[in-house]
Amino acid sequence: MSFRGGIHPPEMKDLTKDKEFSNLPVPHTCYIPMQQHIGKPAKPVVEVGDTILEGQLIGATDGFISSNVHSSVPGKVIEIGTYPTVYTPLGQCVVIEAEGSFSNYALPEKAENWDTLEKDELLNRIREAGIVGLGGAAFPTSVKLTPPGTKPIDTLILNGSECEPYITVDDMLMKTFPRHILEGVLITLKILEIDKAYIGIEKNKPGAIAALKQEITALNLNSTIEVKALKTKYPQGAEKQLIKSIMNKEVPSRGLPMDIGAVIQNVSTIYAIREAVLYRKPLFDRYITVTGSIVKNPGNYKVRIGTRISDILADIGGLTEDPAKIIMGGPMCGTSIDSIDVPIVKGTNGVLFLSAKEVNMEPYKPCIRCGRCVAACPAGLIPCELGNAVEMDRFDLVKEFQPFDCIMCGSCSFVCPSRRPLSHFIKVAQQVSRSRK
Amino acid sequence: MTFIYIFPGSIGMDKEKTNPDITKEEKSAEDIALILSNPPHIKGGQTIKSIMWLVVLALVPATVNSILIYGLKAAIVILTAVISAVLAELVYQLIMKKPIAVGDGSAALTGLLLAMNIPPDAPFWVAGIGSIFSVIIVKQLFGGLGYNIFNPALAGRAFLMASWPVYMTTKWHRFTDTNVLSEGVANIGRIPQNAFDAITSATPLGALREAPKILSDLSASPQSLYDLIFSPHMYKTLLWGNIGGCIGETSALLLLLGALFLFYKRIITWHIPLSFIGTVAAFMLFYYSVKDVPGSNFINYFTLKMSLFHVLSGGIILGAFFMATDMVTSPVTHRGMIIFGIGCGLITSVIRIWGGYPEGVSYSILLMNAVVPLIDRYTKPRVFGTSLID
Repeated sequence: MSFRGGIHPPEMKDLTKDKEFSNLPVPHTCYIPMQQHIGKPAKPVVEVGDTILEGQLIGATDGFISSNVHSSVPGKVIEIGTYPTVYTPLGQCVVIEAEGSFSNYALPEKAENWDTLEKDELLNRIREAGIVGLGGAAFPTSVKLTPPGTKPIDTLILNGSECEPYITVDDMLMKTFPRHILEGVLITLKILEIDKAYIGIEKNKPGAIAALKQEITALNLNSTIEVKALKTKYPQGAEKQLIKSIMNKEVPSRGLPMDIGAVIQNVSTIYAIREAVLYRKPLFDRYITVTGSIVKNPGNYKVRIGTRISDILADIGGLTEDPAKIIMGGPMCGTSIDSIDVPIVKGTNGVLFLSAKEVNMEPYKPCIRCGRCVAACPAGLIPCELGNAVEMDRFDLVKEFQPFDCIMCGSCSFVCPSRRPLSHFIKVAQQVSRSRK
Repeated sequence: MTFIYIFPGSIGMDKEKTNPDITKEEKSAEDIALILSNPPHIKGGQTIKSIMWLVVLALVPATVNSILIYGLKAAIVILTAVISAVLAELVYQLIMKKPIAVGDGSAALTGLLLAMNIPPDAPFWVAGIGSIFSVIIVKQLFGGLGYNIFNPALAGRAFLMASWPVYMTTKWHRFTDTNVLSEGVANIGRIPQNAFDAITSATPLGALREAPKILSDLSASPQSLYDLIFSPHMYKTLLWGNIGGCIGETSALLLLLGALFLFYKRIITWHIPLSFIGTVAAFMLFYYSVKDVPGSNFINYFTLKMSLFHVLSGGIILGAFFMATDMVTSPVTHRGMIIFGIGCGLITSVIRIWGGYPEGVSYSILLMNAVVPLIDRYTKPRVFGTSLID
């Protein structure tokens, strides 16, 4: 069982897939953006000069779809100003200079027995901890876990497919902490008041599949949690495609997974949910993959939110060559950034450095109608026609080709032999159609 | 669609080591450009250029074989066609001040495909004029690569057929030693020299069309024609190509070898070739089942052999794998490609049996080229998450 279309980009995971986690040093200065999630930015609740603790609330949730932001280091607030972030060229950041001593979050002896906690208390801890989707979308998790009563949920899907090339952080999490991840799944099941979860993992991660299967048997959870080994095909990890592969159901056009009773959580998010519930630990650090052929020491690292890329590079030994592109996330869906000083945020699962050789600088050419984008599109669109319409400013033709069903996976641009930036064109089609409504 | 931002460099790397020319003072002043663009940030391996040149490569075995069979004159026709096509494109792009894109190989491929559709004994300048027409009129005046409606090589061939029909339909190679047709016809018995020439100098499809009339004029049994067509020697000849026909269409086996290579490289898919060839095979199977010919019955050995003969002779293999699959002039969806292939197969069969020419591959593809926009409109894939009904 699989989904329509899809592509097979070079995986490039060998650079880091066997690199065990290591902790990066605490940065001297943290730049913590208030906007790290979909929704309204958090409101700063500290002032310049305040001395704060590790994990202290510095930005409070502002509205239903928003999220708390916590300090990654103990220290002093030296500035509240605007700095480049991954989501905006200039975003409000609380700048904290590290000093003082570290509290002891995440120590096993502090673990609480979550079994006795009520659903509302569990949700509350997740909300307080400022957990958002760590796969990249950064949608507030507590909101996702409280679907409206009109949408009954029956299935939890843990997204361990990690179909993005280069990125290996979820793979390493599943191999290193399989028991913790299962615990996170059980907590989430309790919150959703259901008893069936699937873990979808691409077949190119046999280590993760074996580790989780072994733990499921060891914990006697075979009837509750099922590991599904999925075809290695991009975008296997896209929500709608993952649901199709696992449940053989299609999320209605322009609908959400909850419309067919599914909730999807990413592996890193589940891991953070467990820490938030067991230790009341706010989301102030996360595991990321730092990779690229020009990185001297690529690997999977634990970093504090707000650490700048320049600090990470200095800690891991730098690059062998000037980068032409720096990408937050993977090469298919990640965001390219224009400054080495952009800080890591909650939704950052990796940092990828590409050299000039690896970056396509050719100008694009006319469409030769080869149809590869049509065959590759997992949404069943005709990207080439959309691209041609946008290129010719014919936005009147765009609607017929349903640009809003695009999931922005980039498969069409990847396969195009004319190097046309098709998913970019579709994004333009969406923006123009919206503004003209 | 790429935007380049420059910002002062502080890159966390040891510059002096990688570039000893930079002193400390210069380093701080140096700028590093980072490229910004929407994702994705990586691209697949194939480009227009690689696709076009790989198709040319796939045609090399069949081309070399044709030169070996037909000799130097075929080589001259091929070279003339290719060089004229490339020069025509270059001159047009220079005059119109367009970006020079001759290196992408599409003009060279058009020239080569046109040459493969020209009889080997045709004068070389015919090929040159055809190439220029293909590139300038059929491709560039419609907007260049990607915008042409008709397959340039086939439209060029149609132009030559209209302008120099004698060169395009009679200049088949005259084999000095024997080939399968001369042997077979000699076996039939006493035949006047002009009738013998009329049959043996033609293509297999031409012989199939003309021979019954000639044979009945001589009151010879029509059975002898089918004996000839069904001889093992005939099938061997069709596979290897030692027979009359256009330059490129003679050896079915070497064309299939090139097609396999294109499948392996994922440049073509099965949809167009299989539906095209399958339609012709099925059509012929039923046609000869119904037709009153000695030995035929409803789908028996006879009709199967006639069907195979039709598939292997003429331009079907070349047309189905190398011409109908032209990306620009075929549908973009797989369902559309199948409809396109079936249409090509039907028109080819109708022309072969009832039309004015013995062969109809090129016209069938050109006619189907014209309806591609219509096919595309009605074969849109189902959008994910929408019901199958709408």
